[in-house]
Amino acid sequence: VVEGLALLDLGVSPYSGAIFHETPLIIYLFHFLTEYAELVFMITDVLTAVALYLAVQDINKVVFKKQKLLIELDKYAPDVAELIQTPVEMHYIPLKVALFYLLNPYTVMSCVAKSTCAINNTVLAFFILATIKGSALLSAVFLALATYQSLYPLTLFAPALLYLLQHQFIPIKLKSKSFWLYTLQYAALYLGSLVVIICLSFFLLNSWNFIPSVYGFILSVPDLTPNIGLFWYFFAEMFEHFSLFFVCVFQINVFFYTIPLAIKLKEHPVFFMFVQLAIISIFKSYPTVGDIALYMAFLPVWSHLYRFLRNIFILSCVLIVCSLLFPVLWHLWIYAGSANSNFYYAITLTFNIGQILLVSDYFYAFLRREYYLTHGLHLTRQDGTEAMLVLK
Amino acid sequence: GGMLAAGLLLLLLAAGPGWAGAEQARRDVLREELLLSPLPAGDLAATFQFRTRWDADLQQGEVSHYRLFPKALGRLVAALGVRELHLALTQGFWRTRVWGQPPLQAPAGAELWVWFQPTVTDVDKAWKELSNILSGIFCASLNFIDSTNTVTPTASFKPLGIANGTDHSLLRYAVLPREVVCTENLTPWKKLLPCGSKAGLAVLLKAERLFHSSYHSQAVHIRPICRDASCLAVSWELRQTLTVVFDSFSSGQGKKDWSLFRMFSRTLTDACPLASQSKVYVDISPKSKEEELLEVTPTPASVHEAIVQGDKRTYAVYDLLSPSLFNTSRSLNVQLKWKRPQDSSELPTPILHAQRYVSGYGLQTGEISTLIYNTHPYRAFPVILLETVPWYLRLYVHTLTIITKGKENKPSYIHYQPAQDRKRPHLLEMLIQLPANSVTKITIQFERALLKWTEYPPDPNHGFYVSSSVLSALVPSITAMKHVDMEQSPLFTSLFPSSDGSSYFVRLYTEPLLVNLPTPDFSMPYNVICLTCTVVAVCYGSFYNLLTRTFHVEEPSRGRLAKRLANIIRKFRGVPPL
Repeated sequence: VVEGLALLDLGVSPYSGAIFHETPLIIYLFHFLTEYAELVFMITDVLTAVALYLAVQDINKVVFKKQKLLIELDKYAPDVAELIQTPVEMHYIPLKVALFYLLNPYTVMSCVAKSTCAINNTVLAFFILATIKGSALLSAVFLALATYQSLYPLTLFAPALLYLLQHQFIPIKLKSKSFWLYTLQYAALYLGSLVVIICLSFFLLNSWNFIPSVYGFILSVPDLTPNIGLFWYFFAEMFEHFSLFFVCVFQINVFFYTIPLAIKLKEHPVFFMFVQLAIISIFKSYPTVGDIALYMAFLPVWSHLYRFLRNIFILSCVLIVCSLLFPVLWHLWIYAGSANSNFYYAITLTFNIGQILLVSDYFYAFLRREYYLTHGLHLTRQDGTEAMLVLK
Repeated sequence: GGMLAAGLLLLLLAAGPGWAGAEQARRDVLREELLLSPLPAGDLAATFQFRTRWDADLQQGEVSHYRLFPKALGRLVAALGVRELHLALTQGFWRTRVWGQPPLQAPAGAELWVWFQPTVTDVDKAWKELSNILSGIFCASLNFIDSTNTVTPTASFKPLGIANGTDHSLLRYAVLPREVVCTENLTPWKKLLPCGSKAGLAVLLKAERLFHSSYHSQAVHIRPICRDASCLAVSWELRQTLTVVFDSFSSGQGKKDWSLFRMFSRTLTDACPLASQSKVYVDISPKSKEEELLEVTPTPASVHEAIVQGDKRTYAVYDLLSPSLFNTSRSLNVQLKWKRPQDSSELPTPILHAQRYVSGYGLQTGEISTLIYNTHPYRAFPVILLETVPWYLRLYVHTLTIITKGKENKPSYIHYQPAQDRKRPHLLEMLIQLPANSVTKITIQFERALLKWTEYPPDPNHGFYVSSSVLSALVPSITAMKHVDMEQSPLFTSLFPSSDGSSYFVRLYTEPLLVNLPTPDFSMPYNVICLTCTVVAVCYGSFYNLLTRTFHVEEPSRGRLAKRLANIIRKFRGVPPL
């Protein structure tokens, strides 16, 4: 960003080079705030934590209401008392979420590095807060801001829509007219805010140069600087013939989990949002640890799933060890020269596998708990012996 | 009838000389010259210049008969609309600090800069064609010149010939620092000379001696010049220059006495018959006022004094066309002997010299620093610095600092064009004022990019070259200079146009830099593709399972083959069955 500002001062468009890839609004925001950069990033982190705190408080209220409704409707099996969430155990969860975000070493590293990812996280946190509170307009505006900055929050449109439909008590049936009406309303709000923000950026710098520099850059991955994601080494070692094909495959990979997840998790839009955030953080073209910090902040909300997680110990070890090895192997490759790029790449692979398995483990635990809630905790087979659950 | 015939005859007679006159107006003139200048520390620099001046207008396309001017270059200039062309192929680096200001310096590798005529519509296409054709003519890989190493400077490289206006979009400049110069580049260069290498000064150009030197630079310069003082018509000038520096240790076997035979293993026997002037100049300027430093044999016929680069210099002249030169012996072997040994305290420091280096550690970031020295005791002057940095070293212009004598020095003109990945390099041009007797340090930080594995050269750990930066300045001269008439004065004084007598034009080049980039493992493409796709497949697989399958209570399976086998083995062991 500092480079972009220096280029602006020299009278050259910041997008004429290949270094600056942030949006014009960020440039103008930092035009005034460069002096107080550390303070700005600390404030954004605090704002994110506050937004998450308030959002999770409301999530808890919604969960209680739903639980109560389902208990009264007798949808739960009789012996699942220990699985039901009680207010006592959920009292400290919002605080835990806020602390998880603030004290996460990844958040601290992002703040120290003054990465604009922190601003992304703040906008996303406000988007979640606005959605949970039920305000469609604010939710659309924040989602448009988040999409404007990095393209991938577009996929969060689906969970937000599902949540708001539930909030308005509109049933999610494809034939229902009110469903389509509301969807169109929300989509119109979202697209309208997006168009307004893009036109505003155009008028700020008087050119459309920012579109290929920001979005073209995200989509076509020209810069291969090593990061914690999977893309950089893949495209560094790609045959030229296939590079367009694989760019398309990788980008589609981020977006195409949305519809299946929406179908499976339409009753649980908050969990859907969590999984979608995690998928964005893992598979986006230039991931940073700040993105990981955001979805990890939600883990306390699902702490009641702990008994169903299968591999949590191994996965936490993998994640911790990989995080510690990242800087070591980077140093060995770039500075000491005694290691290869393969070492750093291997840690990238392991770290991403760890994240993927973490998310799918939580997903498994969530689905399993749902099954137990409706079918009872102690399952017996036809001949009376204890049964095992399998996915078939 | 008879009267008519006589009248026609008279007309023909009158028109005859007119035709001869028209032929004469297209005349071309060749001058060749060799300048031997001893350098401090016992080295010797030899500069050959072959200048063909042709009083014809190549642009009008009316020429078809080429005599001294080489047809390959003439057709090139006419067909592609070239106004000025400067191509230099250099091996080695001119050490300005030790050797003094060079007569004409060129950066290491290949350098090509061209001004096109305003009639050219697509300059980039013409540039590409030009570099390909020149690559064929000179057997150099100039075809590697493309948009990733071509820049359009806005202040440096003003035209050296006559020009109507300077629209800088008609200028292109490219350097290939990795280019190696060898015999196969010298041979086509020699072929362009009217006498070839058979007569005149060109007989000295033997490759095995020329390339056994510290510095070897061969160049071709084509530019339009005024035909006469009134400048109503345009002539075209082709200069071929070759500068070589012989090292007293490697070439001279440790002795500091030079002769033509020791340097070139040949002597001069005659002048080129097509040349109108063929001279050898030896710089015998006394370093101190008392006595001369050099003794030259055979005794020169005349001595020429000139003010070159602000210094009064004395030259011994041997005219190869004068009949008295070859009276005593059939060959001319100019010998130079040092009268007294030199001490290093006599090394004159040039007024403007520069140095450039890369600092930093690791393969992530680095810093390019340029030091420019102005050793003039009381005059300050501005200098234009042109830096071209390839796109994979990402410059951060907010880290650009210029410090002179401990204080920040703000450039009065700065033009920065950032690079675009794989499309064009960085271009940084600045006009910096250098105070008298000062050192100016210009630093800029950069980040190294990781390239795709096919973009690395065959030896990736050798590093990547950053081409030399160019410093152009009008250096104030200590002695006032007179205006030189191009036709009368020696060739080495008339290369750069001089505007007034108080300063002379100097173009310096800094060292090229060698920078390492982080490399991926080149043996790994299949492995990387497989492993990354495996990770993506792990995610896809887990999510597919969780999304498309539902939980069921497990039904006991009966009659499994493995269970049956296990039961058989258990029966043998005497253990109860499953």
